[in-house]
Amino acid sequence: MLNQYETVFITTPVLSEAQMKEAVEKFKGIITDNGGEIVHEENWGLKKLAYPIQKKSTGFYYLIEFKAPGNLIDKLETQYRRDERVLRFLTFRMEKHAVEYAQKKRTKLEQQKKEE
Amino acid sequence: MGQNQSEIRYLTPPTVDIKKKKYCRFKKNKIKYIDYKDPEFLKKFLNEQGRILPRRLTGTSLKYQRKVATAVKRARHLAILPFVTDLMK
Repeated sequence: MLNQYETVFITTPVLSEAQMKEAVEKFKGIITDNGGEIVHEENWGLKKLAYPIQKKSTGFYYLIEFKAPGNLIDKLETQYRRDERVLRFLTFRMEKHAVEYAQKKRTKLEQQKKEE
Repeated sequence: MGQNQSEIRYLTPPTVDIKKKKYCRFKKNKIKYIDYKDPEFLKKFLNEQGRILPRRLTGTSLKYQRKVATAVKRARHLAILPFVTDLMK
């Protein structure tokens, strides 16, 4: 059975844009190679952290929503832990209200784009 | 003595404050999912040090208080909200 998950990770601010893209591609690759399906992704860009992590006060945020079997999460998280570029990550299963909320938000954004 | 007590007069009449009934804002507005990505919204449920306010102050129902708590904790983990601060608002 496929569950819908949401994962956010924070990478170090020292990365160049190309390096950041490469990191994103790597994690997206891990998801798609293991039978996952990417639903949505969002780049939040460089954001200020509320408290320092590994002596850094900013970080690149990236969000991926995906559908995947449960055993993928372990693999993804070990990869997060091994990667030195990742400061923090959070993965959780989206319950039905969360899925609904995310979809609504997305359609709203699309409408805004159309209006512009 | 008993007579004296009954003769106490207040300069300003004591105000009997009418309790405003607290309500759960999630139930009232039919919010089903609490987004951890929105720090401004979550700050309504935190005090100035960044601690989660109890239900008895915010009036949130138990079901949504639990959801508020997980949302705040997720936000803290991702450094969207601080664990502790002074004068957040």
